[in-house]
Amino acid sequence: MANDVKDLVVIGSGPAGMAAAVEACALGMTVSVLDEQPAIGGQIYRRVEDAPEALQMILGKDYGAGRVLAEEFRQSGAAHIPGATVWNLTGDGVIDYVDAGGTRTISATNVLIATGAMERPFPIPGWTLPGVMGAGAAQIMLKSAGAQPAGPVVLAGCGPLLYLLAWQYLRAGVKLAGLVDTTRFSTYVTALGKVHGAVTGRKDLVKGLGLISRVRLARVPIYSGASGLEILGEDHAEGIRFRHKGKSREIPAGLVLLHQGIVPNTQLSWSLRAEHRWDAAQLCWTPVTDDAGRLGETQIHVAGDSRRIVGALASAIQGRLSVLAMHERKGGTAQPGRKAELQRQLARYTALRPFLDVLYRPLDEHRIPADHVTVCRCEEVTAGEVRSYVDLGCLGPNQTKSFGRCGMGPCQGRLCGLTVTEVIAAARKVAPGEVGYYRIRPPIKPIHLGSFAQSTS
Amino acid sequence: MTTETLFLIPQKAGQAMVRIEFEGETLRVPDGISVAAALLSSSRGALRTSIVKGTPRAPYCMMGVCFECLVEIDGIPARQGCMTLVRDGMIIKRQSGAPSLDGLASGGKNGK
Amino acid sequence: MPEYARWTRDAVGQWGGFHQELLDRTGVDSGLVQKGGFWLGFSEEEVQKRADLLAKIDREAGGIPFRMMEASEIRQYLPDIGPKVVGGSWGAQDGMANPLFLLRALHSGLKKAGADIISGIDVAAIEHNAAKGRFTARSGDGQGWTSDRIVVAAGLGVGELASQVGIHAPTVTTRGQVLITERLKPFMDYPTNKARQTAEGSVQIGSTTEDVGLDDGTTVEKIEWLARRAVDTFPALANARLVRAWGALRPLTPDGYPIYQESGTCPGAFAVVCHSGVTLAAIHANVIGPWMGGLTDAPPDVVPFNGKRFLDKNARFVRDH
Repeated sequence: MANDVKDLVVIGSGPAGMAAAVEACALGMTVSVLDEQPAIGGQIYRRVEDAPEALQMILGKDYGAGRVLAEEFRQSGAAHIPGATVWNLTGDGVIDYVDAGGTRTISATNVLIATGAMERPFPIPGWTLPGVMGAGAAQIMLKSAGAQPAGPVVLAGCGPLLYLLAWQYLRAGVKLAGLVDTTRFSTYVTALGKVHGAVTGRKDLVKGLGLISRVRLARVPIYSGASGLEILGEDHAEGIRFRHKGKSREIPAGLVLLHQGIVPNTQLSWSLRAEHRWDAAQLCWTPVTDDAGRLGETQIHVAGDSRRIVGALASAIQGRLSVLAMHERKGGTAQPGRKAELQRQLARYTALRPFLDVLYRPLDEHRIPADHVTVCRCEEVTAGEVRSYVDLGCLGPNQTKSFGRCGMGPCQGRLCGLTVTEVIAAARKVAPGEVGYYRIRPPIKPIHLGSFAQSTS
Repeated sequence: MTTETLFLIPQKAGQAMVRIEFEGETLRVPDGISVAAALLSSSRGALRTSIVKGTPRAPYCMMGVCFECLVEIDGIPARQGCMTLVRDGMIIKRQSGAPSLDGLASGGKNGK
Repeated sequence: MPEYARWTRDAVGQWGGFHQELLDRTGVDSGLVQKGGFWLGFSEEEVQKRADLLAKIDREAGGIPFRMMEASEIRQYLPDIGPKVVGGSWGAQDGMANPLFLLRALHSGLKKAGADIISGIDVAAIEHNAAKGRFTARSGDGQGWTSDRIVVAAGLGVGELASQVGIHAPTVTTRGQVLITERLKPFMDYPTNKARQTAEGSVQIGSTTEDVGLDDGTTVEKIEWLARRAVDTFPALANARLVRAWGALRPLTPDGYPIYQESGTCPGAFAVVCHSGVTLAAIHANVIGPWMGGLTDAPPDVVPFNGKRFLDKNARFVRDH
């Protein structure tokens, strides 16, 4: 093992990971990039290397930008290890992963966690029914398989991706039965308080508003300021019910695509027992790092959406800045000009973020649901059951495991962690930061026990 | 109410296709897509029932996070359909409740 | 220590009634299954060592029957064991419960019985008012809880607190790592020493015993070792997914046996150290609780479990059981 220590191992080949690898190779570092998927690009640039032209037209220009980065990455000399599921990471840079051949180990002087984001859980009545998916999941269907909804479809929730997918569907000729938008008009006013950022990010803002108006022009029924979302149906989604302008409304649809933003994928940084804080603006846990994404005094950095949601372009810049910091720490020549330029770009790409965080803040009732709503989909634990554990003295998410196996299924708490954090905090009337999180331990992903029998490390 | 699949994949001339078997039915699907995408586009209904309460489930996240798309693939239970690419001749089955290891030790057919 | 073997045997005997009591009081099923269990060995030598050990325990403590079996006979009960298993022992009194549900049942039962459970408190000191016969548990932030009886049962934190009320209760620890699989359809009808399937279906594989101080982490080396051993025992487990690896510290005394003790200098103060809280739960509830709560005299069975045994400077302790 010791005979092959890379200067940098990157976990994740999305924008942050690819850009970091490119930057590191340019500085002469030896780089390996691990990704669980067979192809590079992460979720945002999924299938970016071989998406057919017609599909690229549907997905739009921002998706196309990923092509340039992917090409740069391919030419950088960084090794890409596809189909690699990382199941263990240590603070001193040893990474264990599983691929088709069994378990393997790779070591590095520096590690970059660039594992991106996932869609925020949307715990509402009926969200476990077939026919209910994330809007991001449906977008992955579009990118990876060119798949479109076959019948009536409703998009519901909030966040930029909701309108982006609506616009992409319209370009693909898909008819939308409705767009249920939980964003409230009054929030626009509050969000304008963040407008100093928004002015710098004007281009992005104009682009976002453009999407919204194009969806409106396409005569898609839009219900703004909706609340109280619930899925109808017994064995399968048959529609959505919500409150809109004081009335209860229903839209029949066999496919309901939910979305209320994305949140960092923090399993790896948690597994290192790194400090995390509750981010009140983004309503999620984020690892505590320095400006370059470094976790404490370790050799591990975190960049992109797995550090805090910043979007694809800013993620790529963060990846590059992390690499510059690693380079300097190891005695490499400082690159002040390069660093300053990257920081300018980062400021531009993140200018709109505070505005978006306020505007697209998901409703409390869609994050901290009523008692009968399932919060842990694997172990089928309801919000009410979690509250009953609090009555018995349960203080935080990790203890809910002891009380009722909450968070102990195969998703390892990914789909319930934030909900459980907020449900417990609300029940205890304390800040979410005080209740803590699950203790995340290896394996970071479930792996077959048989993988160890064919271990080759 | 839905008698059709949730998704469809517009067919293009010259597209490479593979044959997979799902619950005994042969499906022709584009090569290079995931099992979950293939099943959502060519079959309907739940891919499994949940372990604790037996409720119907289908793929939710499509990116390997939620573990709702677990199916039995070529006799191995609980594979993530969204993380597994289709392959010609693949045999896929719905999963009812917890995965079963029955018969795997002796190389027999995975039943029950 | 034959007294400990008897103590465990009696505890196991009381578990059925205890399980029913918890169920009746709280509606929580603590998952008790008592239909015997297997110890499985990979070599003739370790099987023989096991036979000798069980014979010794049964001889000294009495009433702990066992039977040695060849692999072919074990296979009648556990058809999925692999060819590496050469033999093992069967213990009719072995069983299992679900520790998580037991914990919930106990919390729920306590609450229903009127107890306050105050969690998230770091008890820094115990103050003893000898004149009034009162104890105050004092938290780091200055809060206090006062009573004429106090039981220190703080795991690895017992030693420090117990010394403040005149009890010598030294603790040491070993780390145990355990692997947990996803839930599987029932295939293992009996628990074994290498793996057992819980009522909800997950298979628990373990455990290790490591002297690593206070590090409760997991290691790749041990995870791999446990996984390989489990697959060697039940080859079908190769297709089961590992969902969690887990490391925890056992609160042990230097000889590994419990301490149950009342303070000689501060009557009303007690200490408990034990790492088999699930196995011993029934006897703790039925015997230790009433004694420490002042309802009964000290039970004669606990005499050997006094912490004073560790004051003998010349004694050497081993935990070979």
